Amino acid sequence: MNSFLFGLKSGVPIGLGYLSVSFTFGIMAVSYGFEWWQAVLISMTTVTSAGQLAGIGVMVNPGQYLQMLISQLTINVRYSFMSISLSQKVSSSFNGIKRWFAAFLMTDEIFAVASSQKEVSEKFFFGLMVMPYLGWTFGTLAGSILGNILPDIVLNSLCLAIYGMFLAIISPEARKSKAVISVVAVAAILHCIFYYVPVLNEISSGLTVSICAIIAAVFGAIFFPINNDGEEEA
Amino acid sequence: MKDFWIYLLILAGSTYLVRAIPFAAFQKKITNRFIRSFLYYIPYAVLSAMTFPAALYATGHISSAAVGLIFGGFFALRGKGLTFVALVNCVSALVVELLLKFVI
Repeated sequence: MNSFLFGLKSGVPIGLGYLSVSFTFGIMAVSYGFEWWQAVLISMTTVTSAGQLAGIGVMVNPGQYLQMLISQLTINVRYSFMSISLSQKVSSSFNGIKRWFAAFLMTDEIFAVASSQKEVSEKFFFGLMVMPYLGWTFGTLAGSILGNILPDIVLNSLCLAIYGMFLAIISPEARKSKAVISVVAVAAILHCIFYYVPVLNEISSGLTVSICAIIAAVFGAIFFPINNDGEEEA
Repeated sequence: MKDFWIYLLILAGSTYLVRAIPFAAFQKKITNRFIRSFLYYIPYAVLSAMTFPAALYATGHISSAAVGLIFGGFFALRGKGLTFVALVNCVSALVVELLLKFVI
């Protein structure tokens, strides 16, 4: 299959997952007092879940520009690590302006799917960008206009789609490799600690995801360093 | 209204640059073994931290989320694809939600 089409197809589950997540974002933005077109514009220009949610929370108060910048940087710092990680896997023709274009959609899910490839070509990545962007945009549009037409239980269940995707990405590698499953376990346990322990649970979740992921990956790098072929050692 | 545009610029601009600068800057292969290992493990670490424990609270009831994740996880471990696992997650969670609402 042509790699653009393969990318397009690989993006379908992400697009479907985004429909439900951005639908919820649309509902929330309108309930915060935004117009439908403002919600859609935020989604079309930003394309991130946690950042947008925190963003509209800041936007309802006037003039807190610095606070907006700081909260966005802490929530989104994980993208920098993903970008560096993926920069090591792209094909040699995937360079220059193509990278500046592709980086616009370096979301958690697109990164995860892209990095599950042996090598990432620009055609594959551009194909991969299409469905998630459409899903994110139209989900926001639908959510902000239709509001609460879907019954709660359907909407609630849809929210689990994105995590099903995560499980499907983690599981094949985790089953094969003791190292990957250890890293996954460390990250999960650490994040539970940040989630449940008082004081620690007041830190923004975008930042705690970054902290836990960094510690877990450092743990993996120390105890299970990979060899030159990019495979971990037994 | 003027605020909205300035906010939008900061929100979208900072998110984009955080993604784009590192992606464009790292053109060469990194040779340091520690950093290469770190970058190899980062995707799994990020996904795991994002899933646990947040996924348990995604549906509004821990029971429906847990059932969805267990069924989804079962098929994920058997190597099923993204769409299929996501669907299993949603449908099994929906069944539990329906049971909670109409039966129990």
